[in-house]
Amino acid sequence: MSLRPLLALSWRESRFARRRLLLFLSSITLGVAALVATQSFAANLAAGVRDQARELMGADVTLSSNRAFGPRTERVLDSLRRARVPVARVTSFASMALAERTGGARLAQVRAAEPGYPYYGEIVTAPAGQWARLQGGRNALVDPALLLALDARVGDVIRLGESGFTIIGTLEKVPGAVAIGSLFAPRVYIPARYVAETQLIRPGSRAEYEAFARMPAAAAERLLADRREALRGERVRMETAREQQADLDRALRRLGSFLALVGTFALLLGGIGVASAMGAYIAQKRDTVATLRCLGATAPQVIFIYLLQAGVMGLIGAALGTAIGLAVQWVLPRLLADLLPVQVDTSLSLPAVLTGVGVGVWIAVAFALLPLIATRRISPLQAIRRRVEEDEVRRRDPWVMGGWALLAASIVGLVFLQAGEMGTGIGFTAGIAATLFALWLAAWLVTKAARRAPLGALGYPTRQGIANLHRPGNQTRVVVLSLGFGVFLLAVVYLMQSNLLRPLRVDAKSQGNLLLFDVQQEQEAGVSAILAGGGTRILQRAPIIPMRIHSINGVLASTLAPGRGGEEEDGPPSEDEAEEREKGEEGRGAPGDGDAPEGWAVRREYRSTYRDTLVDSEKLLRGRMWRPGAGTAVRNGPAEVSMDVAVAGDLKVDVGDLITWDVQGVRIPTKVTSIREVDWQRLEPNFFALFPTEVLRGAPQTWVMLARAPDAPARATAQRDVVRRYSNVAVLDLTAIQAALDDVLGRVAAVIRFLAAFSVATGFIVLLGAVLAGRLQRIRESVLLRTLGATRRQIARVLLAEYLALGLLASLAGILLAVVAGWALAKWLFEVKYAVPVLPLLWLALGVTALSAAVGLLASREVFRHTPLEALREE
Amino acid sequence: MLIADDLQKTYRSGGRPLAALQNVSFQIEPGETVAIVGPSGSGKTTLLGLLAGLDRPTGGRVLLDGTDMGALSEDDRARLRREKIGFVFQSFQLIPTLTARENVAVPLDLAGSGGGAARADELLERVGLGGRGHHFPAQLSGGEQQRVALARAFIHRPSILFADEPTGNLDAATGARIIELMMELNRELGTTLVLVTHDLDLAGRARRVIRLADGAVVSDQRGGAS
Repeated sequence: MSLRPLLALSWRESRFARRRLLLFLSSITLGVAALVATQSFAANLAAGVRDQARELMGADVTLSSNRAFGPRTERVLDSLRRARVPVARVTSFASMALAERTGGARLAQVRAAEPGYPYYGEIVTAPAGQWARLQGGRNALVDPALLLALDARVGDVIRLGESGFTIIGTLEKVPGAVAIGSLFAPRVYIPARYVAETQLIRPGSRAEYEAFARMPAAAAERLLADRREALRGERVRMETAREQQADLDRALRRLGSFLALVGTFALLLGGIGVASAMGAYIAQKRDTVATLRCLGATAPQVIFIYLLQAGVMGLIGAALGTAIGLAVQWVLPRLLADLLPVQVDTSLSLPAVLTGVGVGVWIAVAFALLPLIATRRISPLQAIRRRVEEDEVRRRDPWVMGGWALLAASIVGLVFLQAGEMGTGIGFTAGIAATLFALWLAAWLVTKAARRAPLGALGYPTRQGIANLHRPGNQTRVVVLSLGFGVFLLAVVYLMQSNLLRPLRVDAKSQGNLLLFDVQQEQEAGVSAILAGGGTRILQRAPIIPMRIHSINGVLASTLAPGRGGEEEDGPPSEDEAEEREKGEEGRGAPGDGDAPEGWAVRREYRSTYRDTLVDSEKLLRGRMWRPGAGTAVRNGPAEVSMDVAVAGDLKVDVGDLITWDVQGVRIPTKVTSIREVDWQRLEPNFFALFPTEVLRGAPQTWVMLARAPDAPARATAQRDVVRRYSNVAVLDLTAIQAALDDVLGRVAAVIRFLAAFSVATGFIVLLGAVLAGRLQRIRESVLLRTLGATRRQIARVLLAEYLALGLLASLAGILLAVVAGWALAKWLFEVKYAVPVLPLLWLALGVTALSAAVGLLASREVFRHTPLEALREE
Repeated sequence: MLIADDLQKTYRSGGRPLAALQNVSFQIEPGETVAIVGPSGSGKTTLLGLLAGLDRPTGGRVLLDGTDMGALSEDDRARLRREKIGFVFQSFQLIPTLTARENVAVPLDLAGSGGGAARADELLERVGLGGRGHHFPAQLSGGEQQRVALARAFIHRPSILFADEPTGNLDAATGARIIELMMELNRELGTTLVLVTHDLDLAGRARRVIRLADGAVVSDQRGGAS
């Protein structure tokens, strides 16, 4: 049997419905556009990482450590030099930069580079070519943000510590650097030979030491294999360009997956629109389907005819969406440019195009299938008899179950395709399913409530409008699902942004706006005097004593966590470490011992303090604080120590456990007597370990101070005066930090909101589709009402009441769900305190409601154009 | 040959059973022209639906050329209809999105047979609509639409044609012309014709009249006009 006649019949049968089917395809269009934009962006990003791998590092191999290289490392570097391998060192550290001419001061990231660096990639300067001049004298190249902050210009002299450097240009592009990082700590490049002159590298100072080497890739891998373990003993980390590329690839792939998932929401929403549009379309084709059945069409033939139409419309919609997505992909790199370490060149990604078209068609077909399966219940009897009771729906109709199974599999498959990771995929699928189910439940509750609501006191138009929410053929479910989902997405993004930023806000009255650190003990009084002289109030001061763990409950740290070396000492493990830990290679006490402490927490350096009270950012969870002035001297037994709850968990210690500390060669045994919860979100001095005053008062220490300057000029003066007198003291302007954080989070949120907007727009298309689907019914009702004496105004009020109610209920449902989802994300993913900004959410609800009413009334204006006689004739 | 064997059909209306047909039995020979008449609610349309395989009886059987239609699945009955049964409906039931030619060709398209367009043109010529094949139903009068429906009913050379009130939506003059055309085509192609109508004059054109009342056959008379 030839399929061609059936194909031709399918095409012809769609003739007068193609404009209506346009709405069907536009549901898919925006979702595919979001998908293609994000996938193309991810592909271009991956290509950028691949092409710029060596430039990102600037070398083939790097050695890095947060302490000066030991003898073993120096021998490795010497051997490389003897083998004529080019090696260049870079030392990085934080320092205040003071502009001599203007007096401006700002914390900067100094990078002291030897000649030759970088071996790959170009550091672009303004004026051009200034990188080549850097090594020619006491020259400096700075981030443009630093010039702005210091109110300086090229040619000015900046002081770094005890040395002055002439600014010979600004840094326009540094390979591998994230541009937005300059907002937090602008970079200054100086020749490495002048580091000692600055006198900024002292015992206790934090600096990073790097050595970059250029060699063939094979030689780099060999070096890695031969020397990596040996260098770990000196806490030196070795990495090749290939490894860095893999790390970056992984991180950026996650970014790409996350963005793709946000875009996927729009596509799934579009699927709901497809199902709604197809259901309405088939409802109008009942007579035609009945006739075809009479004439001998089987059920599969009928489904094929209309599924083909759905497929073609899906293809057109997907193609359109792909074209829009390819245009939109130009936008994403520009939005994210300052947040990425690589340059992203926009180009056509064929896999993204094919995926967009393929997924778009598939989703259109999968969502159209269920309403089409319902055509099996259209009896051919309908051709000869107006009203026919449909076959009772069998509870377990295998076709319907098959349709649902295919739909569920399609959704799960799509999410997994975008997520790229099992855990993320499962999480998102579960989240989407839960949200959609909750919205469906909300719609069901709305229809029940509308039926039971005591509306007697309201006027007829309002009563009728609300009755439309529950009457047969109502649009409540589709609108609450589609609009509610879009509102949910927008509200979640807003809530997360608000809750992540809120703790970082500098309170107008109480919190500090200047943080000073690396204040030496003998400088403390002088710094305090300078601040007081300028009207700056010191809110907190805390001593900082660096120390390490010697043993826990009698077990040596070296036994609990054999060393690995490198930068992981001061923080949580890198991804490689985390993987190795899972494989059991990382030290966790005895193999298979689930109670062993985390290796990195045992090996890290702790910057602890002493005082006898808690501060605002701390809360006692367990145990008791010591009495002020009652710190036990070491010789009388273990001293007391209070631990932060998170690090106590990592160390597997609790009240009663013993920790012996190594404070610069002196062993101090302590007993944990309390566990505190610290609010790490606050930009204040916070500490993992807190000691009684009497225990550490005499230890070598530096000071950190939190101060509040009354206004911006006072802040600038304080920074300038302190740095002029004490060049080693770093002064952090917290308002600038907050502004930079605002900027970063704002840009990230802008990208997410941009993609979420696709979902909202699709939601309105679906709303429009639902409104148009009910058009015929509206016309019939309007005819009847007008025949019975209703005015146009009364009919308009009925429609307005219905669409206002739908919009309000959909947005409230979406916002309520978002509040719950936001709480869950704040508690378990971001671990921040959660508050709900009521007013902005209220505005969102009102805005969506108003738009819903506007869309509904606009789409229904045809209702008013029909005279009763015309409509009766059409019947 | 079409055999109705003790046919019964019961519907549920408002939760209560409603017997639309009771113990209906008769046999129709190939080539016969039969009219089924009765007042509104007598069960004529129900009987037509059962005889044409559009519905399943609650009791009894319908045998078309020896095949028990009630034992077939819905899709198998559809295939049988496209091979052996033609329809003419009271409300024409043309597909509004197809031209006259395309409407006529639908049964052949569903069967996957080629040459539908050429055959459709022949039949349109035969019913006096040559040159109108490209018009949509909305561009045709009621009578013209019914002629297209007639052409569609005969295109696959069915062995039996069911006509349900074929002139119900037409004025008297147009209706008469349609009936003439239908009878001519029927004679030419040797089709068995089953005509459901409440119009006794139209019924008189059939050789045999089966009268229904309250869901039962009250008379079955042969010997009408040829």
